[in-house]
Amino acid sequence: MLLNQFLLLSALLFAMGVYGVLTRRNGVLVLMSVELILNAVNINLVAFGAFQDNVQGDVFAIFVIAVAAAEVGVGLAMVLLMYRNRRSIDFTEVDLMKG
Amino acid sequence: MSLSILAQVAPFERPAIDWHALAPEIVLLSFGALLTLLDVIFLERGRKYTSTIAGIGLLATLIPVITLAIDGQDRVLFNGAFVVDNFSLIMKALFLLSGYVVVLLSTNYIAEGDYWENEYYSLLLASILGMVAISSARDLITIFVAFELLSIPAYLMAAWRKRDLKSNEAGLKYYLMGVFASSIMLYGMSLLYGLSGSTILAEIGEAASDGQSNSVLSLAVVFIVAGFAFKVSAVPFHTWAPDTYEGAPTPVTAFFAVAAKAAGFVALVQILFVAFWQQADVYEPLIWILAAASMTVGNLIALRQTNMVRLVAYSGVASAGYILAPLAVAGGSAGVGDEALRAVVTYLVIYAAMNLGVFAVVLAIARKTKSAEISSYSGLFHYAPGLTAAMTVFLMALAGIPPLGGWYAKFVVFRALINADTFGGYSLAIVAAVNSVVALYYYLSVLRTMWADDAPDGDLTPLRVPPSLIGALGLTVFATLAFGVWPRIVDTVSDVTLLGLGG
Repeated sequence: MLLNQFLLLSALLFAMGVYGVLTRRNGVLVLMSVELILNAVNINLVAFGAFQDNVQGDVFAIFVIAVAAAEVGVGLAMVLLMYRNRRSIDFTEVDLMKG
Repeated sequence: MSLSILAQVAPFERPAIDWHALAPEIVLLSFGALLTLLDVIFLERGRKYTSTIAGIGLLATLIPVITLAIDGQDRVLFNGAFVVDNFSLIMKALFLLSGYVVVLLSTNYIAEGDYWENEYYSLLLASILGMVAISSARDLITIFVAFELLSIPAYLMAAWRKRDLKSNEAGLKYYLMGVFASSIMLYGMSLLYGLSGSTILAEIGEAASDGQSNSVLSLAVVFIVAGFAFKVSAVPFHTWAPDTYEGAPTPVTAFFAVAAKAAGFVALVQILFVAFWQQADVYEPLIWILAAASMTVGNLIALRQTNMVRLVAYSGVASAGYILAPLAVAGGSAGVGDEALRAVVTYLVIYAAMNLGVFAVVLAIARKTKSAEISSYSGLFHYAPGLTAAMTVFLMALAGIPPLGGWYAKFVVFRALINADTFGGYSLAIVAAVNSVVALYYYLSVLRTMWADDAPDGDLTPLRVPPSLIGALGLTVFATLAFGVWPRIVDTVSDVTLLGLGG
């Protein structure tokens, strides 16, 4: 069973996602980076599920996909709201409150 | 072909379901659905009843919780994924009661502003449903789904004032931090599943109980603890909290500060005590640092706040530190672990009463001054002596002055730290003691503004407080006083354990 390759791929996606969330300024790109992390999680879960030979990992992955869809729905609504009020989706401009 | 595969599958047997154990979730879900349905049927005409129905729903959900508590039997459902024990029942009751107080706080605020009432209460009930479910969740999937069920409505509620830029910002920051934290936590959970081959916390605990340190397991512990540190706003993952608290509608802020934070702790202690019990040498130093940093940074930044809500946010960061502190020594032995868990539960219960009270006063004052700036509170004693007295009770309780509730919360934390009898425990107790003194300073300076300063422009028109807010104030004042004078009440309900029940 090839497990390491899957884990390396998922670790790479995870690192890319974290990097994206921390450095990207565009709202949609930040959401996409979060999706990268979640997909890294899914790859992990499915690979481990096959490795451990039980279905709990696959079930978990399906739940993650479903919940992530709901989450991104809310996230895109937030970005849209921001665009309506500010005509920009640059997250670095969101700094009304400080201290 | 497909038929032959189907023929090999064993016939599906419906698992025996203990409906009584699931009754709280079912009742709450029914009321949430009822609210949505009423909105569709009655449209505008039903609006004025929504908050009442939401409140009744929360109190009705308490009934099965109480019958389960009277029954007193631990119930394990779905192979250990869902457990009803004393710990879960007290936390459910805490979430439902604080949810009820939040409904009381919201009633006038939401009705008077240009807000969407029905959707607001449906989302509030959905979020509380997530909290009620998470108190029983002893399985990674259940914890994850319950956590998202409580978080996703919370993101929407933070951005409830759609056209207000600050509320947008509050929602956006909360959303980004929340989603980022859950995804990191999920990555840790996926590693944990890979190591143990199970998502049930008790089975993970058994699989990891050979005691040998494993670098992947340590990584999973770090990711999961970091994810929860975001949720409970512990330093250095606290940066979203003050902005979200300030920008969100104040009743929603009260909900975040009390219920959402408690939910984070509930999930954290379940994972720490059931799954990571053998990993104490990995999580203890981590939590020690989080606790010490949260107390110190939270209190120091709170000193220079000029806005009451931001001050409460930073004092909440410091409180997260106090609540985390006993967990930093929990791994010593079963006795120490039980005592640490009781300290966490006690602190959460008392903290809920004090903090909801503070927000009730902030809301009541904002009805006249339209502001949460501390300077706008000057001279409050001259036109609203009752509110001033209530705020004094809450702030002195938060500072830990006996005989108000807060002293007992701090006392149990110190007791757990000292009884652990380790260097980590003693050093953390010293940090906590120093911080309690610092906190006294900023609470007192707010009170001085309220009692001693003159009202701005000599405006002494009395402040009218609506009945729902009076109800919320009455409940919280009573609870704060009762917990402080008769700590035995809290002791009785917080007598819980998560160790050795096998799921």
